[in-house]
Amino acid sequence: MIAHNFKHALFCAVVTMVVAYPILGLNLVARGTRVGLEGADTTTLIAIFVAAVVVFAFQLYRDTLMAALGKMPKLNPLAHREPMPQAKRVKMESWVLTGIIVLALFWPFFVSRGSVDLATLVLIYVMLALGLNVVVGLAGLLDLGYVAFYAVGAYTFALLSQYMGISFWMALPLGALLAALFGLVLGFPVLRLRGDYLAIVTLGFGEIIRILLNNWTAVTGGPNGIGGIPEPTLFGMEFGRRVKEEGNTSFHETFGIAYSGEHKVIFLYLIALVLAVITALVIRRLMRMPVGRAWEALREDEIAARSLGLSRTAVKLSAFTIGAFFAGFAGTVFASKQGFISPESFVFLESAIILAIVVLGGMGSQLGVVLAAIAVTILPELAREFSDYRMLVFGAAMVLMMVWRPQGLMPMRRAHIELKRQE
Amino acid sequence: MQDLLYFSQQLINGLTIGSTYALIAIGYTMVYGIIGMINFAHGEIYMIGAYTALIAITGLATLGVAWLPLILIVALLCAMIVSSSMGWAVERVAYRPVRGRHRLIPLISAIGMSIFLQNYVHLAQGSRNIGFPALIDGSFRFGSSEGFQLSLSYMQITIFITTLICMTVLSLFISRSRIGRACRAVSQDLGMANLLGIDTNRIISATFVIGAALAAVAGLLLGMYYGSVDPLFGFIAGLKAFTAAVLGGIGSIPGAMLGGLILGVAESMTSGYLSGEYKDVVAFSLLILILLFKPTGLLGKPEVEKI
Repeated sequence: MIAHNFKHALFCAVVTMVVAYPILGLNLVARGTRVGLEGADTTTLIAIFVAAVVVFAFQLYRDTLMAALGKMPKLNPLAHREPMPQAKRVKMESWVLTGIIVLALFWPFFVSRGSVDLATLVLIYVMLALGLNVVVGLAGLLDLGYVAFYAVGAYTFALLSQYMGISFWMALPLGALLAALFGLVLGFPVLRLRGDYLAIVTLGFGEIIRILLNNWTAVTGGPNGIGGIPEPTLFGMEFGRRVKEEGNTSFHETFGIAYSGEHKVIFLYLIALVLAVITALVIRRLMRMPVGRAWEALREDEIAARSLGLSRTAVKLSAFTIGAFFAGFAGTVFASKQGFISPESFVFLESAIILAIVVLGGMGSQLGVVLAAIAVTILPELAREFSDYRMLVFGAAMVLMMVWRPQGLMPMRRAHIELKRQE
Repeated sequence: MQDLLYFSQQLINGLTIGSTYALIAIGYTMVYGIIGMINFAHGEIYMIGAYTALIAITGLATLGVAWLPLILIVALLCAMIVSSSMGWAVERVAYRPVRGRHRLIPLISAIGMSIFLQNYVHLAQGSRNIGFPALIDGSFRFGSSEGFQLSLSYMQITIFITTLICMTVLSLFISRSRIGRACRAVSQDLGMANLLGIDTNRIISATFVIGAALAAVAGLLLGMYYGSVDPLFGFIAGLKAFTAAVLGGIGSIPGAMLGGLILGVAESMTSGYLSGEYKDVVAFSLLILILLFKPTGLLGKPEVEKI
């Protein structure tokens, strides 16, 4: 047993070295037109060696270690506690949510402009993640091209405002509806496909949209993007120092207060907040409606759901369309916040980040997804010096979550009837 | 005359690219054939193969080795060893623990692995693209007409020959060797093969190793052909190769070869007659159309869903 383990452990250690050393230990450097090779610093080499030793030791004593780990008392003291009664839990959850929303409403008036700006971005991601949660978490359709619908929303607003001078409030429903239409048109043919094929096709679709935006220079401006996207107005009041459009008034003059750039930022934040709350509430209702139940039924067992008379296409299509609709929402807000958009913002990586949020938060769970969106957006900002490692950590986190906790950090809990315990 | 020459040139270019797609596609198709998952990180393994080959070539140049065949063989071996180890490790870390769970879970794990590997190379080697030395220079030129010459570079010939050798060896390996026979058995029925005493875990590992080694060969070839590598190099190539695998019928090895060639030619025809920017659009549209109208691909077998 030990001899077998020893061979295996040695093999694992060698593989670790082989995998790590050439890429980490030997760096390619461009010297003019030629390429040179430089050895990495000693720290890296030691780190690689230590990693190999750790892998060796772990593999050698794997069985003992695993057994010891199994016997260890649970670190989490709450692990064995009785689950909270459902009525109490639902009540508490709604109180907590209301508290968070009230706090979020008043919070921007006391903090810096930069934080409010960041919070707006967080809310955009919350909207995106909630929308994708419907598609991936509830309906179980892996959509890797979700960012395409986001792009449709953003570009709808940008193009309409550029060519037809349409305002934010007109563009918001239009962008969302157009994105939903895209979802419907794309979804109709491809939803017959099985899970993993669907993932690749949506990925291809996302890339096609991006390439088209990049190359259709006459309309979209290509890689240069579109600038000068107007900010939202409050009943015809603009937030700039001077009024840009005829017939509008400016916010600070109407209320007789001094002009401040913060008004605009806070107003955008509040719009994003309201939209995010609307998104969450609508999806919350939908989850409890027959259509929401049908999504989950189809996710759990397609054959059983179909034999109970659910139309596969209609159910999947509704999830796809609704997901796309909220991505369009988020896209419009994003375009308005940035004032400038280009295809750069809608690459596959963005889809992957949104997917990571949904996966980390717990597929299907709304609260989990919201918290994950906050964490994923804010943590890299807090740890700026580690921002290079952000995607590395995302990738690793996605793998680890799938291995250890595929249900996510805060798994979804379905409303259910509890049986009384027999005395 | 000129039109014909131009067409032949596009055809040659397309077949060159296509044969390397076929090499990468085999990795997808073998893994899918056995455990029914899309190995999303396969494109990254190919990229790591290209990087390792470049590192080996540069290292040998620093050491003063100038004999071309030696450089190529050493680079190829290094790339294959590192990529295969990577393929083995990825399967061990990210796929084996989630095997047999709901379909989406291995796929998400694979996407995470792909992002991880991309950024691993990005952090270690920088995000800029690095020039790959043109080791094999020169070309045959023939049939010139009105200033247009048909050219077949030595590099392209090398690609054809190497791909041909790899494919032949692989076919022989799959049809004759013990492991190859076990691979076929496992892909037909994993549970039954297990009952008959085949160590399925080892066979699955072997599939990943073989796929990764072929991807490394493609990495060296395409790196030299394009003349540069960067950490994102594997993503699009991986997607293309997956398209090729689906086009030929996923799970079928001859299908992957056929699909690679068709895709390569379709792409080079698009960039030759329409515009180079839309060649990716054509590849993805082709993928979508195939999946819609013939989901089993050209040479694939239909899959029956059992309860």
